[in-house]
Amino acid sequence: MSQLSTRHLLGIKDLSEADIRLVLETAVNFKEIINRPIKKVPSLRDITIANIFFENSTRTRLSFELAEKRLSADVVNFSSSNSSVKKGETLVDTVNNILAMKVDMVVMRHASPGAPHFLSKNVPANVVNAGDGTHEHPTQALLDAFSMQEKLGDLTGKKIAIIGDILHSRVALSNIFCLQKLGAEVRVCGPVTLIPKYIESLGVKVELDLHKILDWCDVANVLRIQLERQQIKYFPSLREYSLYYGINKKMLDGLNKEIVVMHPGPINRGVELSSDAADSAHSIILDQVENGVAVRMAVLYLLAGAKG
Amino acid sequence: MQKRLVLDQQQIDIILKRFCYQLIENHDDFENTVFLGLQPRGTLLLDKIVAQVKEISGITVPSGYLDATFHRDDFRRRDFPLKANETKIDFLVEGKKVVLIDDVLYKGRSVRAAMDAMIAFGRPQKVELMVLVDRRLTRDYPILPDYYGVKVNTLDSQYVVVEWVAQGNPADAIWITEKVTS
Repeated sequence: MSQLSTRHLLGIKDLSEADIRLVLETAVNFKEIINRPIKKVPSLRDITIANIFFENSTRTRLSFELAEKRLSADVVNFSSSNSSVKKGETLVDTVNNILAMKVDMVVMRHASPGAPHFLSKNVPANVVNAGDGTHEHPTQALLDAFSMQEKLGDLTGKKIAIIGDILHSRVALSNIFCLQKLGAEVRVCGPVTLIPKYIESLGVKVELDLHKILDWCDVANVLRIQLERQQIKYFPSLREYSLYYGINKKMLDGLNKEIVVMHPGPINRGVELSSDAADSAHSIILDQVENGVAVRMAVLYLLAGAKG
Repeated sequence: MQKRLVLDQQQIDIILKRFCYQLIENHDDFENTVFLGLQPRGTLLLDKIVAQVKEISGITVPSGYLDATFHRDDFRRRDFPLKANETKIDFLVEGKKVVLIDDVLYKGRSVRAAMDAMIAFGRPQKVELMVLVDRRLTRDYPILPDYYGVKVNTLDSQYVVVEWVAQGNPADAIWITEKVTS
């Protein structure tokens, strides 16, 4: 099949394994395109896409915008900081006003989990979730899986560790769904206060010792400590966190195998990842950023391509 | 299902040889020439042409596979998007003489899309089109081949099927069949 089973990308949970594999296969073609002298194809030239960001973003927003422009879509950008949202307009009203200007797709980031799901039920456009609170960040998971596959081949049976602030991370949840659907084994590691209680019900084992998980894994996907989502103290200090859960190059060199180090960005250098580890040969962090454009092109192309 | 043989193995072999000699005649030592096979089915013909030109003239002409899926004009007009194939071109076509190679020329829309896709790799000096089968009555765009194996008169209700040994068929052959309507 060359069609997704859904007309929105709200979360990885809603996707089938075939959907995920289709996106990853299509992204291979787009990666070749974005490395050409002319990095643009005309596929979405009659489509207008609104990027609606109710939360701050640098990478994701730029990546979506580049993906849209390389598919020749018309792009409008919206951020809540200078909009009528500040005057009390509801989400559906805001989006319907944008859609009245003949917008076909909406890429949305919102602080509330489920906001894109709500939107998809109330507006006729295709909705792409670019991160909803602590819930899901599906395109990040897809680009992570794409980057892992590029490095390791098929992910069936591969051991993936997600390390850091699991509790507040939408990347963690989307990664878990995505990697498990692709046949990988996923474990999480971090301070017990930053691991959700129900995580084992997703089939994910918890490991509290960083050294043990690094010995076990093929890939360490390291997450940022999300201080902006932490209203209370989950650990005594950043220094203590860094001592127990920070990864440095010495640790990586001390392992008896090569592992891949990933990070969705932005990195808190010296906290979850030291500079020498982030910039080492183990790291594919910048590959993730490049792959993000290709994967988002694939998602937009496949969602826009379905008739009706 | 009705099935009519258009070309058999021997006829295809003769045509491929003719193609090679025509190319040698027109492109001399291929100094500035590249071949591009259109995905998905033109690439098998391309591989054969590249091998035979080398056999006859000793020259390996630079060649690549070109996929035009993202340049098609029927995107969002089909029930679902077409699956793309690999584009594999390790050179620029800037200033080159390009020979586009496909198995069947039908409406001309794929060739239009392919030319659009090709210019992402530069501005060629000249572009020629080679097809094994020219379905001459079904064209939507003003596109004609420079090299053709056979011209056939077909209806939209018919398919032209190209079978290659490399795909597991008993012999190279080209058939016209009726589309199955359920």
